[in-house]
Amino acid sequence: MEIIRASDVWYEYVNPDETGEMAVRGVSLSVRRGEWLSIIGHNGSGKSTLVKLLNGLYVPKRGSVTVDGIDTQDEERIWEVRQKVGMIFQNPDNQIVATVVEEDVAFGLENLGVEPAQIQPRVQKALEAVDMTRFATVAPHMLSGGQKQRVAIAGVLAMRPDVMLMDEPTAMLDPSGRREVMDTVERLHKEEGMTVVLITHFMEEALRGDRVIVMEKGKAVMEGKPREVFTQVEELKNIGLDVPPMTELAHRLRADGFPIAGEPMTVKEMVEELCRLKQGI
Amino acid sequence: MLKDITLGQFFPGDSVVHRLDPRVKMLMMVAYIVVVFLVKGFLGYLVLFAFLAGATLLSHIKPKFLLRSIKPILFIVVMTFVLNVLFTRGEKLLVEWGILHIYWEGVRFAVFMSLRLVFLLLGTSLLTLTTSPMALTDALERLLKPLKAIRFPVHEMAMMMTIALRFIPTLLEETDKIMKAQTARGADFDSGNLFARAKAMVPLLVPLFVGAFRRADELAMAMEARCYHGGGNRTRMKVLKVQRIDWYASGVMAGTLCLVLLERLL
Repeated sequence: MEIIRASDVWYEYVNPDETGEMAVRGVSLSVRRGEWLSIIGHNGSGKSTLVKLLNGLYVPKRGSVTVDGIDTQDEERIWEVRQKVGMIFQNPDNQIVATVVEEDVAFGLENLGVEPAQIQPRVQKALEAVDMTRFATVAPHMLSGGQKQRVAIAGVLAMRPDVMLMDEPTAMLDPSGRREVMDTVERLHKEEGMTVVLITHFMEEALRGDRVIVMEKGKAVMEGKPREVFTQVEELKNIGLDVPPMTELAHRLRADGFPIAGEPMTVKEMVEELCRLKQGI
Repeated sequence: MLKDITLGQFFPGDSVVHRLDPRVKMLMMVAYIVVVFLVKGFLGYLVLFAFLAGATLLSHIKPKFLLRSIKPILFIVVMTFVLNVLFTRGEKLLVEWGILHIYWEGVRFAVFMSLRLVFLLLGTSLLTLTTSPMALTDALERLLKPLKAIRFPVHEMAMMMTIALRFIPTLLEETDKIMKAQTARGADFDSGNLFARAKAMVPLLVPLFVGAFRRADELAMAMEARCYHGGGNRTRMKVLKVQRIDWYASGVMAGTLCLVLLERLL
């Protein structure tokens, strides 16, 4: 069942130089309930603009986006759309509003006009879900980047969204913060069945998803399961994207005449494949 | 070092004074200021001192800590004292030295005025020491709510204060970073006269401002993504409720007010 549908969406900035972001030129996609969709593409490929179209932060100039049947152009129901489609931004600092963690998690609920008696338990549950309960009364500036990003996730979770859009949520984090955030997202996806739309330029993160869309010059140029997309090494390189390291290794070994079977994507798979080959020789 | 700055001078604690409803504390503060101005003689100050000492004791704030808050206005207190001593005319002459005449009334009045300043500051400091800026903002928003009727943007103002409080540490951190970056490129912030130093600030302030605007832009988008649409239909997680203890505190405040009024009449 699909939750978001974008059909032939066009978007252009009035002043493209200012944002440095690329327009979206005729993208159609659908996000199914419970899936993990990754969107990759290099800077200025229009991927950030695309996700902002999915929760009505931007309204398409042409074409339409519907969320659970609601058109994002419908100004009366825009808050409903944003409640259903939560969004995590790149910079952890610039999306935390309140001076105390729990107040920030409550922010969305307060905006929705939820009864005060219901806010507290929902905030608590959201903080539990991202394992940040201990920090409920701490000031955000005392937290690490990964922790701030988890607070932002909790803020979205508390609103009980159907979809979580993430615009390069780990781009400004150190490796441990990155792992922290991705593990949290993966757990939410697996255990709570959260629908995830993740923009990333880390190919390992895109690998975790069910489906990958590759953006280039405002268009979706490739789409498919991570394995299908990442095995097209030459095409990806032509666009200027990296492939996951193990895929790259497999590609090179094959070019040198080693008969690598299957599509090893993780280090573990690669090790197994290499051991198998060695025994064969 | 910048990580552990405290906002304002809030001193976290769990005393009775800390737990009082911030709205009540704020109203008490208004009453306290009125009382300070009503005091007519030193007996009144004695009453005020008893009130303040009691509150401080209950708040578990070290008196030394509280007294330290006078420091920034010490100069003003001294000035007030000196000016009043020198320029108040009276009948009982104490010292005459050239054109300087110091009267007994002058000294009395100078001490009185200085004490007024000190009491004002100590009281307000006790409030900010025991109440977090967040709670103060919250209390202010709720207390000023009636002003909405005359279209005063109460919620917007409180939101602005909250965001300012939230971003002070972030911007300080950024200032630190830019300063180091500019120092690495040969910028010199610490030498030269006042004019040269002010000029040296330009390469610090420009990136800071640009950064702040970029942040504001992103924050606005993040707030919209979380359904922020102003104060209308908004609820709050924390519901402030006036407890019995708040009534007791207000009672003590009222008592102090009455005593001071009594002193005024006598």
